[in-house]
Amino acid sequence: MSQQGYVAAPPYSQAQPGMGGYQAGFGSGPTQPLYGHYGGPPQTFSTQPTGMMKSPVSSAAGMPPPPVSSQYNPNIQQNGTHPQRYPSSPAAAAAAYGPPPMSQYNSTASPGPPAAQQLSNQMNAMNLSSHGPMQGQALPTSPVTHQPYQMSAPPAIGQPRMPPGPQPSSPQMAPLQSPTANMGGMIRPFSGPPPPGAGGFQQPGLGSGGPGFQQLGPEGAGQGFQQPSLTGGVPGFQQPGLGVAGPPGYPQQPGQFGGHMAGPQPGMPGAFPGGQSAMAGPPQKKLDPESIPSITQIIEEDKVARGGHVYSTNIRGQVPPLVTTDFTVQDQGNASPRFIRCTTYSLPCTADLAKQCQVPMACIIKPLASVPKDETPLYLVNHGETGPIRCNRCKAYMCPYMQFVDGGRRFQCAFCNCVNEVPVFFFQHLDHMGRRVDFYERPELSLGSCEFVATLDYCKNNKPPNPPAYIFMIDVSYTNIKSGLVKLICEELKSLLEKLPREDGAENSVIKVGFVTYNKVLHFYNVKSALAQPQMMVVSDTAEMFVPLLDGFLVNYNESKAVIYNLLDQIPDMFADTSESETVFAPVIQAGVEAFKAAECSGKLFIFQSSMPTAEAPGKLKNRDDKKLVNTEKEKLLFQPQKAVYEQLSKDCVAQGCSVDLFLFPSQYVDLATMADVPSHTGGSVHKYSNFQVETDGEHFLRDLRKEVQKSIGFDAIMRVRTSTGFRATDFFGAIHMNNTTDIEMAALDCDQALTVEFKHDDTLSEETGAFIQCALLYTNISGQRRLRIHNLSLNCSTQLSELYKNCETDSLINFFAKSAYRAILNQPLKNVREILVNQTAHMLACYRKNCASPSAASQLVLPNSMKVFPVYMNSLMKTAPLVGSTELATDDRAYHRLSVMAMGVEDTQLLLYPRLIPLHNMDMNSEALPAPVRCSEESLADQGMFLLENGHAMFLWLGQASSPELIQNVFNVPSLAHLQANVCSLPELDNQLSKKIRSTISDLLEERPNSMKLVIVRQKDKPEILFRQFLVEDKGLHGGASYMDFLCYVYREIRQLLT
Amino acid sequence: MATYQEFIQQNEDRDGVRFSWNLWPSSRLEATRLVVPVSCLFTPLKERPDLPPVQYEPVLCSRANCKAVLNPLCQVDFRAKIWACNFCFQRNPFPPSYAGISEMNQPAELMPQFSTIEYIVQRGPPSPLVFLYVVDTCLEEEDLQALKESLQMSLSLLPPNALVGLITFGRMVQVHELSCEGIAKSYVFRGTKDLSSKQIQEMLGLTKPGTAGPQGRPAAPQEAAASCRFLQPVHRVDMNLTDLLGELQRDPWPVPQGKRPLRSTGVALSVAVGLLEGTFPNTGARVMLFIGGPPTQGPGMVVGDELKTPIRSWHDIQKDNARHLKKATKYYEALANRSAVNGHSIDIYACALDQTGLLEMKCLSNLTGGHIVMGDSFNTSLFKQTFQRVFSKDYNGDFRMAFGGVLEVKTSRELKVCGAIGPCVSLNSKGSCVSETEMGIGGTSQWKVCSLTPSTTLGLYFEVVNQHNAPIPQGGRGAIQFVTQYQHSNTQRRIRVTTIARNWADAQSQIQHIETSFDQEAAAVLMARLGVFRAESEEGPDVLRWLDRQLIRLCQKFGQFNKEDPSSFKLSESLSLYPQFMFHLRRSPFLQVFNNSPDESSYYRHHFVTQDLTQSLIMVQPILYSYSFHGPPEPVLLDSSSILPDRILLMDTFFQLVIYHGETIAQWRKARYQEMPEYENFKQLLQAPLDDAQEILQTRFPMPRYIDTEHGGSQARFLLSKVNPSQTHNNLYAWGQETGAPILTDDVSLQVFMDHLKKLAVSSSA
Repeated sequence: MSQQGYVAAPPYSQAQPGMGGYQAGFGSGPTQPLYGHYGGPPQTFSTQPTGMMKSPVSSAAGMPPPPVSSQYNPNIQQNGTHPQRYPSSPAAAAAAYGPPPMSQYNSTASPGPPAAQQLSNQMNAMNLSSHGPMQGQALPTSPVTHQPYQMSAPPAIGQPRMPPGPQPSSPQMAPLQSPTANMGGMIRPFSGPPPPGAGGFQQPGLGSGGPGFQQLGPEGAGQGFQQPSLTGGVPGFQQPGLGVAGPPGYPQQPGQFGGHMAGPQPGMPGAFPGGQSAMAGPPQKKLDPESIPSITQIIEEDKVARGGHVYSTNIRGQVPPLVTTDFTVQDQGNASPRFIRCTTYSLPCTADLAKQCQVPMACIIKPLASVPKDETPLYLVNHGETGPIRCNRCKAYMCPYMQFVDGGRRFQCAFCNCVNEVPVFFFQHLDHMGRRVDFYERPELSLGSCEFVATLDYCKNNKPPNPPAYIFMIDVSYTNIKSGLVKLICEELKSLLEKLPREDGAENSVIKVGFVTYNKVLHFYNVKSALAQPQMMVVSDTAEMFVPLLDGFLVNYNESKAVIYNLLDQIPDMFADTSESETVFAPVIQAGVEAFKAAECSGKLFIFQSSMPTAEAPGKLKNRDDKKLVNTEKEKLLFQPQKAVYEQLSKDCVAQGCSVDLFLFPSQYVDLATMADVPSHTGGSVHKYSNFQVETDGEHFLRDLRKEVQKSIGFDAIMRVRTSTGFRATDFFGAIHMNNTTDIEMAALDCDQALTVEFKHDDTLSEETGAFIQCALLYTNISGQRRLRIHNLSLNCSTQLSELYKNCETDSLINFFAKSAYRAILNQPLKNVREILVNQTAHMLACYRKNCASPSAASQLVLPNSMKVFPVYMNSLMKTAPLVGSTELATDDRAYHRLSVMAMGVEDTQLLLYPRLIPLHNMDMNSEALPAPVRCSEESLADQGMFLLENGHAMFLWLGQASSPELIQNVFNVPSLAHLQANVCSLPELDNQLSKKIRSTISDLLEERPNSMKLVIVRQKDKPEILFRQFLVEDKGLHGGASYMDFLCYVYREIRQLLT
Repeated sequence: MATYQEFIQQNEDRDGVRFSWNLWPSSRLEATRLVVPVSCLFTPLKERPDLPPVQYEPVLCSRANCKAVLNPLCQVDFRAKIWACNFCFQRNPFPPSYAGISEMNQPAELMPQFSTIEYIVQRGPPSPLVFLYVVDTCLEEEDLQALKESLQMSLSLLPPNALVGLITFGRMVQVHELSCEGIAKSYVFRGTKDLSSKQIQEMLGLTKPGTAGPQGRPAAPQEAAASCRFLQPVHRVDMNLTDLLGELQRDPWPVPQGKRPLRSTGVALSVAVGLLEGTFPNTGARVMLFIGGPPTQGPGMVVGDELKTPIRSWHDIQKDNARHLKKATKYYEALANRSAVNGHSIDIYACALDQTGLLEMKCLSNLTGGHIVMGDSFNTSLFKQTFQRVFSKDYNGDFRMAFGGVLEVKTSRELKVCGAIGPCVSLNSKGSCVSETEMGIGGTSQWKVCSLTPSTTLGLYFEVVNQHNAPIPQGGRGAIQFVTQYQHSNTQRRIRVTTIARNWADAQSQIQHIETSFDQEAAAVLMARLGVFRAESEEGPDVLRWLDRQLIRLCQKFGQFNKEDPSSFKLSESLSLYPQFMFHLRRSPFLQVFNNSPDESSYYRHHFVTQDLTQSLIMVQPILYSYSFHGPPEPVLLDSSSILPDRILLMDTFFQLVIYHGETIAQWRKARYQEMPEYENFKQLLQAPLDDAQEILQTRFPMPRYIDTEHGGSQARFLLSKVNPSQTHNNLYAWGQETGAPILTDDVSLQVFMDHLKKLAVSSSA
């Protein structure tokens, strides 16, 4: 949120100038020039004060106006790295900023009762309005968010708020001014008791803030985020710190304010001394939550800086924009970040160095990622019968890194350095640069990613593959029939099958379809087009499953449409009076494998299962859910699948290219860890709908189903990651199967699935040549053609740790950590895993502090710019269901969560670990853009607000207690919140702008995400709110787990220990 | 009494019994010296239009181990209302319902003309007939189409309340559910997996749910429905089944080049047997198996699917080169036994040019009384008409088939039963009348005959146990009672009781009488059955040697000759034909495997041990009729000398019906004289054998192969191989006359055979 940004920014920026951190930053960095960029900030600052002063005015003017933008600038600057924009962007920037203001409004608005008003208004208005209410009512309740404005809001505000003290949030500027000191105090170390003197403003606070966050040189090794650490140590951080502050009432607020305070630069200088001393002094201080690094802010900044731009991949080791940023990729020799992202784009040259920093070297590969329409799709290269050109020794494929020598007659492999003959047909002269003349004509020479037509050598049995098939396997036991699910599926399939994925330009999909229903036995259907009626074939031999028929089972949908319709119509009726409640599971998958085997094709199974398979058959499961294991050494058992049958089944599936998508509709424990074992090794996905009801979950489920069916996907894939000498891929995470240590086998791989690959050194890397990664994926595409997809990426290598830290990418890092932690819990007690995570976090940061950060007080928390928000993610990760040892969480849910992450790409883990919280109550109806998200913390919420929260798996519409009836009316068509039905899960279609916009927002989101999300409408203070709250990842976890702030303090302490 | 001929004929007509000896030697020693055992051919359900069944229960002897049925041979005390069992001499009171009995008012079973009597009894609810079609779908399109039509036709022949079921198989085995509306359902089994009966029933959902379903839900009345799902009354599923058959496709699994289709006959049968076992145990049922090739996978596999490995021949078997033979045979035997225990019979209709594994599967029919039909294609009238004839009806409109028969034999104490040869299995009922010596299926006095037709005939062998030093009083008679319980095709339970008696004769003083009481036809067939029975387990030459030995001994016993003087050898009229029968038997496909595939041998043998005496004799010694301008059609010698240019010959071997046109006739026919009005008589001559053949074709089951050939035609081999080779290339010129046609063979002729026989018979060393 801009707001946060705003608030937070100042501190940072201030910090730089003012604080120790600042000094460091400047000192080290070529600060001045940067400063130029920063120049912005200073200005901003300056403006801010004015802003604050005039805030009323400016606000009145409305966010849009320039002044505002200026205010925002600071935020932007924080990004440091992208200074250029700033200057250039006036107009653009303004636009870009546009949103942020909104958010500000929101925040401000929240305090005020009528959100709408605030929305429209500006700061002033807001303040005013807000204050009024604030004082009266809002204050007490209102969450913390708004401060910034309030700050702008003069004293008056302050006072009123002060009293409400308990509600830290509300008190804004006002408190600042007078009690600034307090504020400062609140904020961590700094201000402590500081003299208000400093500008009377927050200065102190700022000062304090300053120390807290160091921005290192803009370019520099990232901005240091120094959390003002109390000398005393962590304890100080905690809320108790409040006491320090002058205003007794305030206790909680401090944090927030601290941030805002930032604005005043003036204070900074003064602040420092004070701050530092302060830090030492007051043992107990509280961090200002707003002042600590904010993800939303970083995201917004990156969006502003790099959003909408073209990202050319012509530079080695270039760090791409954040996953949350929209940008266009131009492939100029390296694979697009859509395909590969790395934890760091500058590898440490030696193993020692790597060990020292403990930053994992890994990349997250999404080989079949979909490419936006405005980017060029991959080129298809066809070398005819000879197939792609490869290095004779290491078998790497021709790519831009191959060096042609000897007049073009040979090429040296970039991966193993072997010199190979160039085949005659491929020969081409070199130009004066030593580059082949046809460089630009051959995609494999000039592009980071391209696709080859695979020859028969690359096919199973040297035969071209058959088109893939989809088999729908529907559990028709009592539960599913009764819930109406079977009918729902059958109805949906009729239309859905029209939309099977097909090759671009193809008229019809070549994918074949087949149908199976089952309970204790399996029913196959013959839907051959020649038949008047489908035929059912029952196979009861679950011990040794087989397919009863070949011809007529897998058919072309268009040819057999009539018969299939007939079948889908009849299935629900046929089993309408079933009383069979037992099901089998492993035989169902086995049946699919056998079918593919018989048809000699690969494909995907869609299994719709209601319960744990308890019928006598292979893979029969028993309830082994035992809450007593939680928090014990044996907790891992809960995550481990029951082996035997399923393990073998996975192998069979992979061997045959049979992917399994599992849709589960459990009403109780189903041993998901085991049931999902096969899907999670075959590139399939698992969807779980507990206590499924057609009315509330039907649409949600169908959306998932549609996505899964329509997704573009590759089958029977095998992937190999080759690296240049000096390092190699050692570990792989994903929905994969590995028979040996190098070949990654996947029954199928869709456009949303990613693999995480970890690298280790086995020699020294050269700074000069850098490091290369080539990921080669052999697969069968949806039209049944065998293809080879090659992604190449070049990375830098460095002996300087600072380089490494500078080129890290937090989103990728957290993806890696999530996957490795989730795998680790299979074998280790949770406690260990959590410890390892924290330790490694601390270690990474400590190493940075020790080796890269400019000297600063030991008490300061200095974060590399690239990892500024890493702790938030890490904390969020530690609070996820699998890693939280709580008996309140269903075992299945934990297993589900664990597995769902294993094949996630960077975008998805980012969102999952830091949900988007979007304020909807005061949107700009004229703008296309969404309001900027706000921090995931309770303090961001407002009584009269309406927020949309989504993390890719769940979606909530949160309604504040004080939501205006008008709003409710517009959105829900009921007069007030109280009239709202409890289990509504969709919004009525109303003909008003707000409703339309909200609905389109939601549907866009649903469209965009790989999974469907069930919209849950939550009223503040209602019971279901608890569900919602667990997604506020910056707060204390419901089932345990620290708040962001606490975690930061904890990490800080760890770092300190490491440093001493 | 009239001649023995008449006596024998009368007995056969009335009781369906032909004994080898109609006077029985009175001691064990003498009996063994007669060479041919006391034995009989018994046709339990011989058609007796003149025999109305009685509607009450038979009266049984009250002695627990006797239970003989009251019969005309029993002594009755009308005043005391007591009867004496003629087998165990137990004195039994009549039941109350016989209170009105008197000498003037006798129940039917006491009247002499009712030596065979049939009772209709009420035992439980009438159980319907069950017909389970097991259909191979690995057929050529044309064949399958023809088969489908035949099957559809058969539906119309079934009584409306009969239950039908359908199992189809190819690579998989499908059990079709017939009750469902809408989607056609079938249960599918893997063709390679041997399943126990219990597994099959579980998989078909036939077992009663062990534990009741979760509470709160209505426990569906599945039981009744379940057992019926696959077997439904014809009238209910007629349309359904017709459609189903209509939609039946060839096995959809692709057959690669150089491979046989995968045919899971073994599993299909096992499923069929398991299904019936679970649903209708001890109820009459027919499993009708239609196959177009050998089983190629799974249990019961006869040959692999590689075309390059041919199916086993006799040569392979002798060399012990038939890989699957033993295993498959064992498998089918086990199935046959299970099926027999439950009273279900299995028919095999095998139509293919190559072998289909009948050798391995024959026991299915042999042990359960099923039919075996062998043809070249389902699209031939041979199959179509034969199949239709399975459902032929008698004068009452009832099927000529009965089910679940149990034949029990009771003997008077001087006799014991050694065994039976025929389409039956032992019920292992050891009683006082069971001999220690086994001949055929022995060690029991009860046999199960799962399916019976009016012509089903068993050979029963007895042993005289009376010791030589305990003479039977003059005029004493030995008695045998046959009690056949069965399910009539109209679902009634019936019991047919036949009681016969023969006089004892002292072999020393009455040897002539005994000789004249010899029924050489019956004896030939009975000995042949013994020979065939042995041939199943022994090497061919051993069996022939045994037969020869028996023949020589018989000739020595009854021939009149001077020692060491072959020319003096003579046989009496009652034995005169016997050596000739043996000669032809030696040459018959029942004992000779040369030129026959194992399947054919099995097929021939199956019918031989099932058919009645007349048919069996035809099989042993085919009948040859001659048609010429010289006179009316006449039977002629089965001899090469009968093959003359101006004759048309009609040969009936039971399995084949050959019309052979002599050289001249053939030329005339070729010249189309028969189309000229002035040669009307020639036309009639040509037509005469056709008409006669037609008559035979009409009645014979299974329908014989019909062959129309002529002199020099390739098919003439059927005739040439059967006739006695009295003229061969070896002796043709020696005879010098042109009579008949020389046969190119090294086989001995009847003449040579007889010469040898005489020589051996008179030799004292033999």
